[in-house]
Amino acid sequence: MEMPKIDAAIVARKPAIVAALQEVLPPDAVIFDEAEVRAYECDALTAYRCPPLAAVLPRSTAEVSAVLRICHQMGVPVVPRGAGTSLAGGALPTGDCVILGVARMNAVLETDYPNRFIRVQSGRTNLSVTGAVEADGFFYAPDPSSQLACAIAGNIAMNSGGAHCLKYGVTTNNLLGVTLVQMDGTVLEIGGAHLDAPGLDLLGVICGSEGQLGVVTEAVLRILPKPEGARPVLMGFDSNEVAGECVSDIIKAGILPVAIEFMDRPCIEATEAFAKAGYPMCEALLIVEVEGSKAEIDEQLALIIEIAKRHNPVELREAADEDQAKRIWLGRKSAFGAMGQINDYMCLDGTIPVSSLPYVLRRIGEMSREYGLAVGNVFHAGDGNMHPLILFDANKPGDLELCEAFGADVLKLCVEVGGCLTGEHGVGIEKRDLMKVQFALEDMEAQMWVKDVFDPKWLLNPAKVFPLDVTASRRAL
Amino acid sequence: MKPANELELAEAIRAATGPVRIVGGGTRRVGPPPAGALLETGGLAGISLYEPGALTLVAAAGTPLAEVEAVLAEGGQRLPFEVPDLRGLLGREGVSTIGGVVAANASGPRRIQAGACRDSLIGVRFVDGAGTIVKNGGRVMKNVTGYDLVKLMAGSCGTLGVLTEVAFKVLPRPEAEATLTRGGLDPVAAVAAMSQALGSPFEVTGAAYVAGQVRLRMEGMAGSVAYRQGALAKLLGAGWDVVEAAQSAALWQEIRDVTPFVGQPGAVWRLSVKPSDMPQVLALLTEAQTLCDWGGGLIWARVPDAGDAQAASLRGLLAQIGGHASLLRASAEVLATVPALHPEAPGVAALTRGLRAKFDPRGLFSAQE
Repeated sequence: MEMPKIDAAIVARKPAIVAALQEVLPPDAVIFDEAEVRAYECDALTAYRCPPLAAVLPRSTAEVSAVLRICHQMGVPVVPRGAGTSLAGGALPTGDCVILGVARMNAVLETDYPNRFIRVQSGRTNLSVTGAVEADGFFYAPDPSSQLACAIAGNIAMNSGGAHCLKYGVTTNNLLGVTLVQMDGTVLEIGGAHLDAPGLDLLGVICGSEGQLGVVTEAVLRILPKPEGARPVLMGFDSNEVAGECVSDIIKAGILPVAIEFMDRPCIEATEAFAKAGYPMCEALLIVEVEGSKAEIDEQLALIIEIAKRHNPVELREAADEDQAKRIWLGRKSAFGAMGQINDYMCLDGTIPVSSLPYVLRRIGEMSREYGLAVGNVFHAGDGNMHPLILFDANKPGDLELCEAFGADVLKLCVEVGGCLTGEHGVGIEKRDLMKVQFALEDMEAQMWVKDVFDPKWLLNPAKVFPLDVTASRRAL
Repeated sequence: MKPANELELAEAIRAATGPVRIVGGGTRRVGPPPAGALLETGGLAGISLYEPGALTLVAAAGTPLAEVEAVLAEGGQRLPFEVPDLRGLLGREGVSTIGGVVAANASGPRRIQAGACRDSLIGVRFVDGAGTIVKNGGRVMKNVTGYDLVKLMAGSCGTLGVLTEVAFKVLPRPEAEATLTRGGLDPVAAVAAMSQALGSPFEVTGAAYVAGQVRLRMEGMAGSVAYRQGALAKLLGAGWDVVEAAQSAALWQEIRDVTPFVGQPGAVWRLSVKPSDMPQVLALLTEAQTLCDWGGGLIWARVPDAGDAQAASLRGLLAQIGGHASLLRASAEVLATVPALHPEAPGVAALTRGLRAKFDPRGLFSAQE
C-alpha cells in the first residue's frame, strides 16, 4: 500500500515539535521515544505499519485544542486514533505525523433518562456506554463486533454499524451532537440534546468522515429503553438462493427483525469444527432474531416460521430458553475466530442489494476457485452488508497480494451490482484506491470540498479515504 | 425553465447567469417567493426502483410525494418519517414533490422513533452550482464509502445544489395502531408522562401534547399493539383512554400537519429543544397557541404577527438552554427584520458559508434561504 513520502523537513524538526507539545501537555501525555511510539505503528489492519513521529494522549477538549493549534502552526499532519481497532487502516500513521489518541478521555459527562441521551468523552468504549446505563434499563444501539474495545470516537469517524442496524440504524442515526476541535484549534459545538440542525446538517457529514474534518472530543448519544426480551430462530436451507428468498419474504411480510444473519457452507463447516454449536450441515443458514414481550415474540416468530416452512428448510430450530438462544448465537459469534484458526484471513465489508445475494455468492465461489483461496461468507442479510472472509497464509510470499487482489475483485463486484465498497468499516487506506470504482472524479471532488472547508491545509489524516493521486495537489499545499 | 431530465437541468444551471429559484411543488417555502429565474423540477419524475424485499425505493426528485406513498402502500410499506403536509398551515397549494421533502428534511411525529427524513435517505444525485452532476450514497442502507453528503443535502433547502434523484430505506406499514390519551395535564405533567412512556420498552412511535391532552401512539402487529397499549396504560396509572385504528390515525394527522393552526391568523414558530425544556419555553408563550410533538422536543407556536413576533425572547432563551427556532410563517414586515432560520453560532456559520461557496461558487442558489 503506497503512503505519501515522509516529509524529511518535519522529521528534522522533531525536537522542536515535541518541546512545543510538552509545553501544553503533562509529561506522561507526550510519547516520542522511538521504541515507545511503536505501540501506535498500526491499528487492526496489522499488515501495514509505520511508527509515527510522536503520539499525544490528551485528557480534555482544551488539551486537544492546544495540540492541534501547535501542529497547525508547525504544519505537522495529525492522525486521530480512538482505540486502534480499525480494520481499514483508518489510524495508520505516517512517519511525519503526530498520533492524537483519545483513549484517556473516557468519562461519562451526563446521563439524562427523561431526555434519553448520554454525553460522553469520545475515548469511551462502545460497550461501556451501554454499561453506564443498562442498570437503569437503557442501552446504546450501535453494536460493532469490536464493541468491547472500540471507542466512540472511532465509531463516529467510521459511522460504525453492527448486527442490529436493520432496526436501530448505525452510528449516524444515534448521534445527537459532538464537540469538534478543528485543525486550527477552534472548538465547535454541533448539535446537542435537541433534534436536527437549524441549517446545514454538519453533524451528518462529520459522522463517517474518518477523522479528516476535526477531532471529536465529546459526543451526545441517543440511548434507548431495553426491549423486554429477544429470541432467535435458526433455519437451514439447501441453497443460497432459497435462503435469500426467505429473507426477502420475511421482510415483505411486514416483519422487522432486529437481526438477520446469514452463513454459507464454508463458514458453517469452519464454525462447527471450532465451536461445536450443533449447526446443521447445509448450504445456507439464517439466524433471525426478534424482540419484545413473550407474547410479541411468539406472534412474530410464528409468522417467520410459517414463511420459512414455505421454503422447505432442512432445519428449523426455535430457541425454547435462554440457553438454547445462546447456542444459536454461539456459532455466529465464533465465526471470525473459527476462520482465523484455519489460517490468516482478510475480512471484507462490501454491501449489495439484497436481491443480488445469490448471484454475488455464486461469483465469489467462482473467484475463490480462480484465485485458489478459500472464502467463507458471514452476512448481515437484512441490510445486504457482506463480510466475506478470505483465507490466506501471511508467511507465504505473494499470498497477501493475491488475497488483496481477490478482495478488490469482490468489492468491484459489489459496486457492479449496485452496492458499495464498505458498509461499516470505512475506507481508510484499505479501500482508498478502489474509490474510483464507485465514484467519478466529480463525486470525489464534491466530498473533498468539505475537507477543504473544515481543514484547508489538509493536515488531518490526509492520506486516507481518497486515492493519493486525487489528493496530491491538495496535500502539497 | 422546466428541464425534462438531469442532463437538461445541468445544462440549465451551466447556462444560468444569475440567481435561480428552485421549485419542486412549492408547498414548503417560507415567506414570499425569492427573486431569481424559476427552475421547476417537476419534469424529473418517476420511481425508477422499488424493491419491497430490500426495503428500497429510488425516485426522481420531481416525483409527487403522493405517487411515492401510493406505490409504497401497495407494497405494504411506507416512508418511515411521516411527511408533514404543511400546505394548510403555510397557505400554499400545489403538489408536494419527494425532492422538496428531502430539501426540507420534512419529518413528522414518528421522527422520535424512526428518525428524520435524513435518517431514511440513503442516496442522492444532484447538480451543483457549476452545473456538475454529483452522486453520493446509493441504494443500499449500509454504506460508509466516502463522506456522507446525503445527510448534508437533506435539509439544505437547495442551497448546495438541485436534487435530481433520491433513494430511501423504507419500512413495513404496520397492521395496527392505537393511541393512549389523557386530557387536563399541565406542561410539566405532560412532559413527565411523555418521558416515562418514551423511556419504557413499549415502543412509543408518537408522543404529543395539544390543548392540555397528551397522546401516545403505538404501532405494529395487532397482538403486539394490544399488549403494549395495556402495559403502557398500567405503567402510567389511571385516567388514560384508548383510541384505535382510523381514529388514532386522525389524531396524528392533526399533529403532523399542525391542523389546529390552519386558518388562524398569526406568525408560526417551529422550535426544537430538549424535551424537558418544553415547559420553560411554553411559559414564555403566554399569548400563543401551542402544539408539542416529539415528546415535547418539537414546539409549534402561533403568536401575534407583529413586531419581532417574540423572536428576541424565544431565541434569547434558546441561547441559554440550547435548541433552535425557525419562523415558518409571518408577514413580510416581520420577516424583513427577523431571520426565518435560527442564526448559527459564528464558527458554524463560517463552515456553512465555506460549504456554500464551494458547492455554489457563483451564488446561484443564494435566494433559497
